[in-house]
Amino acid sequence: MPDVTHSLTAAHQLAYTYKRSLGPVLGRFFTGLRDKQIHGVRRADGKVFVPPREYDPETGDAMEEMVAVADAGVVVSWAWVKEPRPSQPLAKPFAYALIRLDDADTPLLHAVDAGSEAAMSTGMRVKARWIDEPAGAITDIACFEPG
Amino acid sequence: MRDVAVVAFTQAKSVRAERDLNETEILIPVIHDIKRGAGLETKDIDFVCSGSSDYLAGQSFAFVSGLDAIGAWPPVSESHVEMDGAWALYEAWVKIQTGHADTALVYGFGKPSMGDLSRTLALQLDPYCVVPLWPDAVSVAALQARLCLEGGVLSEREMAEVAVRDRGKGKSNPYAQVTGDFDVDALLAEPTFVSPLRRHDCSPISDGASAMIIAAGDRARDLAERPAWIRGLEHIVEPQDLGIRDLTTSRSTQIAADRAAVGKDKIDVAEVCGPFTHQSILVERALGLGESVDVNPSGGALSAHPLMAAGLTRIGEASKRIWDGSADRAVAHATSGPCLQQNLVCVLEGA
Repeated sequence: MPDVTHSLTAAHQLAYTYKRSLGPVLGRFFTGLRDKQIHGVRRADGKVFVPPREYDPETGDAMEEMVAVADAGVVVSWAWVKEPRPSQPLAKPFAYALIRLDDADTPLLHAVDAGSEAAMSTGMRVKARWIDEPAGAITDIACFEPG
Repeated sequence: MRDVAVVAFTQAKSVRAERDLNETEILIPVIHDIKRGAGLETKDIDFVCSGSSDYLAGQSFAFVSGLDAIGAWPPVSESHVEMDGAWALYEAWVKIQTGHADTALVYGFGKPSMGDLSRTLALQLDPYCVVPLWPDAVSVAALQARLCLEGGVLSEREMAEVAVRDRGKGKSNPYAQVTGDFDVDALLAEPTFVSPLRRHDCSPISDGASAMIIAAGDRARDLAERPAWIRGLEHIVEPQDLGIRDLTTSRSTQIAADRAAVGKDKIDVAEVCGPFTHQSILVERALGLGESVDVNPSGGALSAHPLMAAGLTRIGEASKRIWDGSADRAVAHATSGPCLQQNLVCVLEGA
C-alpha cells in the first residue's frame, strides 16, 4: 500500500533572480528616497511629474530635469480599505490615496494612515512618514499621515 | 479592406469558482461546440488566436496548455495575446486583412479563482513606484470612482442604476453569474465595500471562457445566414500612471469610437465591458450612446466577468443581436488595465 501520509511536496517561490539598473530618472528618484527626499521630473512647460516619468506621456519626448519636491501635500482622491491584505502598507484600516505633493503637478499613489474613514477627506493635508532606515524603495515612505 | 464578419460564438457558463476543471478543461467543450455549431473542422480554420493571462495561473506559458483544446493534429497556425480575447480577435482580423487567412478561431479564457484576483491585478501597475504598495483592483477603481463622484461627473444613484439594469437584464442570460431584480434605494442603503464603492458596484469574479469564429467575404456568407460584419475595430491605450491620466473620462474609448465611426449611424444595441459601475457609465458616455440604445442585453460584465474572455463575450453577444435580426447596427467594447487604461471598440452591422 502506498504511504498516503507523505505526499510529495516542493517549495515554489516565484522570484526574479537578477537586478536591473533603473536609469537616470527613476534611479535619481529612488536614490533620493534613501535620503528621505522626493524628486520629480520637470517638463519643458514647467509641469512637474511625481513619480518622475522618463518620457512625456503626451509627446514621447525625454524628460530629464529632476527637481526636489516636498514630502507633504494634499489628497486628491482616496479609497478606504476596511480589511487590509497581508502585503499592504498597513495592517489596520487605511486609505489608498492619490496625493499631490507641494511643488508637484501630478499625484502619487500611496497609503494614508488616518485612523478612521471619518478622518479622511479630499483636499486634506498629509505628510510622509518615513521608515527609520530607507533603502531606496517606494516603501521607504511607510505611509502618509494627516498634518 | 476585406469584409470580415463574426459567424459563430460560444461561451461557458461563468461561475465564481470552477473547482473540478482546469482552464483547459473549461475551454475544451467551448471549442468543440463552436466547431460543431459552425460545421467546421480544425483543417477548415486558417488561423487560431487566443487571449489569456499567465498571471491567473501563476505559471509562465500557461496559455500553451489551452492549445490542448484545439488538438495536436492537424497542425494550426496560431498566436496568443496576454490580453482579453477581444484583442485576439483584433489580431485575427488583421491576419485576415493581410490575406493570409480567410477563417479564424478566436478564444479567451481565464480562471481567476485560482488566486486572490484583486491582488493579482496589482501586478499590472508600475512595478517600481506602485506594485510594492499592493493596491488591490477594487481600491484602484475606488480612487477613480471618488474622483468621478466628487467631481460631479456621476452620482452613486447612477452607479446603482447600472447594477440594477445589468443584473436585471442578465436574468435572461443562461451564462451569467450574478443576476436578479434589485432596488436602487436598497442597494444605496448597503454599507460601502471599499469606500466609495459598494459590493454592487463591482463585477463578480468569474471563471469562464468564450470562443468566436470570424470569416472573410463569401466564406462568411456560407457560414452564417446573416453575418455580423465588422465595420469598425479600433483599440487605444492610455499611459499606465494613474496620476497622469484624467480618470473622470475614457479618452481612449472616445478616440477608438471616433475611429471606428460609432456615431456614423444609429446604434441599436451596445455591449459594454464595465468591470465597475462607474466605469460602465464613463464608457457609455465616451461611446456617445443615445437614449434609445439597448445597453448590455446580456447583463454585461456586472452579471459575469470571466477575465480574459469578458471583452470577447461582449462582441459575441452583440453579434447574436445582429444574427437574430433584433439589431442592424451594434457596438461592443472591451477594456484592459486599471481604470479603463486600454479600450477596444467594435462596430457590427447586419448589412
